[in-house]
Amino acid sequence: MDEAYIYVKPENFKRACLYFHKKLNSPVTMMFACDERADKGSFKIYCVFMGIKHMKWIFVTMDTAGGRPEFESIANDIYSSGLFEREIKEMFGVLPKGNPDLRRLRLHGEVWPEGYYPMRKDFKKPGSTRDEKKEYVFNKVEGEGIFEIPVGPVHAGIIPPGHFRFSVAGEPIINLEARLGWTHKGTEKLFEDKSVDFGVKLSECVTGDSVFSNSWAFCSAVEKICKIETPEKAMFLRAVFLELERMYNHLNDISGISIDVGFSFPAMYAAIMKEKILCLNEKLTGSRYLKGANIIGGVSVDLNDWKKKALLKGFEAIDKDFKELKDMLYSSVSFMDRLDGTGILKKKTAEDLGVLGLAARASGIEKDLRKDFPGVYSKVKFNLMKESSGDVMARLNIRISEFEESIRLIRQFVDRIKQGSIDFQEKLKLKDGFGLGYIEAWRGPLLYWVKLNKSGIIDRCKIVDPSFHSWEGLCYSVLGDIIPDFPVCNKSFDLSYSGNDL
Amino acid sequence: MINMLKNRIIKGIVTRPIEPDLKIEKIGAELKNLVYKRFSRSFHIREVDTGSCNACESEIIATTNPIYDIQRFGVNFVASPRHADALLVTGPVSKNMALALKKTYDAMPSPKFVITCGDCAFDGGIFKGSYYVENGVKNVLPVILHIPGCPPSPAAIIKAILFFLKK
Repeated sequence: MDEAYIYVKPENFKRACLYFHKKLNSPVTMMFACDERADKGSFKIYCVFMGIKHMKWIFVTMDTAGGRPEFESIANDIYSSGLFEREIKEMFGVLPKGNPDLRRLRLHGEVWPEGYYPMRKDFKKPGSTRDEKKEYVFNKVEGEGIFEIPVGPVHAGIIPPGHFRFSVAGEPIINLEARLGWTHKGTEKLFEDKSVDFGVKLSECVTGDSVFSNSWAFCSAVEKICKIETPEKAMFLRAVFLELERMYNHLNDISGISIDVGFSFPAMYAAIMKEKILCLNEKLTGSRYLKGANIIGGVSVDLNDWKKKALLKGFEAIDKDFKELKDMLYSSVSFMDRLDGTGILKKKTAEDLGVLGLAARASGIEKDLRKDFPGVYSKVKFNLMKESSGDVMARLNIRISEFEESIRLIRQFVDRIKQGSIDFQEKLKLKDGFGLGYIEAWRGPLLYWVKLNKSGIIDRCKIVDPSFHSWEGLCYSVLGDIIPDFPVCNKSFDLSYSGNDL
Repeated sequence: MINMLKNRIIKGIVTRPIEPDLKIEKIGAELKNLVYKRFSRSFHIREVDTGSCNACESEIIATTNPIYDIQRFGVNFVASPRHADALLVTGPVSKNMALALKKTYDAMPSPKFVITCGDCAFDGGIFKGSYYVENGVKNVLPVILHIPGCPPSPAAIIKAILFFLKK
C-alpha cells in the first residue's frame, strides 16, 4: 500500500504536520474533514503530504475533541494549507483556530446564510437565501493613484465565470485577487450516498476537459479499496487515453496563448489539430471527451487492430502538423518576445503555495506523478519535462515538449498492448474502507479520496484538482505585469473553474 | 511568414460540410440570406456559463474553429450582451450565478431569446437536486430552445441553431 495513516491527538496535530512538511519537503497536497459524529461524535481531519522518496502518501489524522468542532490551524506555518482550512470551515463548520483568513470560498455570502454547513451529514437546505447586505471583502491596496478594476464573473469570451479584482497603478498590476466559487454545484455532496457506478459518471462531469483523468482517479481509488486487480491491458489502454486527453488540451492552450497575443493563424492551426484529436477520440471510444471509457476494474472499449491502425495513422499526420506549428511559433520573433519574461512564477512562490503539475514544472519543480508514483508508466520510457524560468514561454515550452512526449508514450503503450481482457472478469465485490486515487492529469496531480461504507455506497469523496493551488500561483505570477498581459498569463496556466469550485 | 503561406496553400480550405448530403449547407446558405434580412446582417449570440463543467464551452468554441466555422452562416459570438440577439446558456445555474445570469439577460435589447445547451442546463442533469443549483435555466429565464447532449457536438449545436432560425 502506498498510503500511511498516522493518528495523532489534537494537541500534537500541528507538530506532526510541521514535521512531515519539513521532512518530506512537501506542501499540503490535500486537507479535508469527515463528519463522523454519528459513529464517534467527532469530526475527523486529514492532512496529506506527498513522500516522493518513499513513494508514500502520508495522512496525518486527528479527531476533534470534547464535542467542540475546532482544530489548531497550521496555515500560519504552512501556507498551502490555508485554502483547505477555509474550505473545511465553510463546508463543515469546523473552526481552524488561529487562521487569519476565514472568508468563504464557494458559498457566497450574498446567497447563502450563516450557519448552514452543507457537508455535514445532518444538513438541511436553508429557505430563502438572498441577502444583498453581505458583501465580500477584497484585500485593499491604498495609495496615491491606485485604482481597482473589477472583472467578471461574466467574461467577454466563451469561458466559465470567475471574478478578478485588479489593483493597478497606471498599467502595472500591484495586486490581483481572484474570487471564485461561481460554478460551485455541491459536487462532493452529490457523491454521498450514491453507488460507485454513479460515482464514475459524476466524476466525468467534474471537469469537462479532464474527463478521463477524473474517472481514472475515482476508479483507482475504488479499485484500491476493494482490492480489484485491473488487467495490465486495461492499464495500458487507460494510459493511452490519458495521454490523448493531455494532447488535445495542450493544443487548446497553445491555440489560446497565440490568440491572446493576437497571433491567429497558428491559433486556428492548433484548433484544427485539436479537432482532429477529438475526432480520433470519438473513433476510438465513441465519445469526443472519452466519456464512458472508464469502468470500475478496467475500461469499456478495446483497441482492436483497425483502431490501432487508425490511431497510429492519425499520429503520423499529427506529428507532421505539429512540427509545422512549432516552426510557425518559434520563428516569429514578436510572438516569442511577448511571451519571454511575462508572468513569472518564481520557484519559491510555487513551492510555498503548493503549486504542482505543469505550472510547477515550468518553474523548476521536478515533480510528476508519472515519474514519482509511476504505476503503469514504469513499463515505458518516460522523460520528465522541466523548465526553470517560470514565465509564459516556459509553460508554452513544457506544453510543446509534453505533447511530443505524449506521442512517444502512446506509441510505446500501443506496442505493448497484447491480447487479453480489458476489465475485471469476476463480479464486483465492494468492501468498506477508504483509499486515495491519484493521476497526473494534464494540469497536474488530481487526487480523489474515497470512503465507502459497508454496503459499498460512497460515504465521502474529496476531490483536489490541481487548479485549487494554481489559481493563487496565477495571482502571484501577474504582479508587475501590465493588464493586457493578464489573458495570456491566464491562458498559459489554463486552470479549471469547475474543478476548483466543485 | 513563409511557413504560414506554405501551410495556407497546402492545407487549402479545411471547413467541412456538416452533413455529407449537404442539406445543412443548403439550409445554411438560405439562412444566411434570411439572417441578413431578419437580423440586419448577422445573428449575434452571447454565451454565459452558469456552472457547466467546461465541456459545453469547449464544443461551442469548436463551432467557431475553421472546420465547423459557424460564422459562415452569419452567426457570431459576441463579447457583450448589449450586442446580442440570443443568450446561449450552459450549466445547471448555480446559486452564485443566478443573479449574474438575470443581469446579463436584462442587459440585452429586445427582442431576445434564451437557448440552453447541454443536459444540465435543461433540468440540472447529473447535478439535479444539489443544494446549490437552481435545476436548470428554465427556472430562472424563459427558454425557447434546448440543445441536448453531454456535451452536444459542434455539428449538433450548429444544426440546432440553424433549424431554430429557419422556423
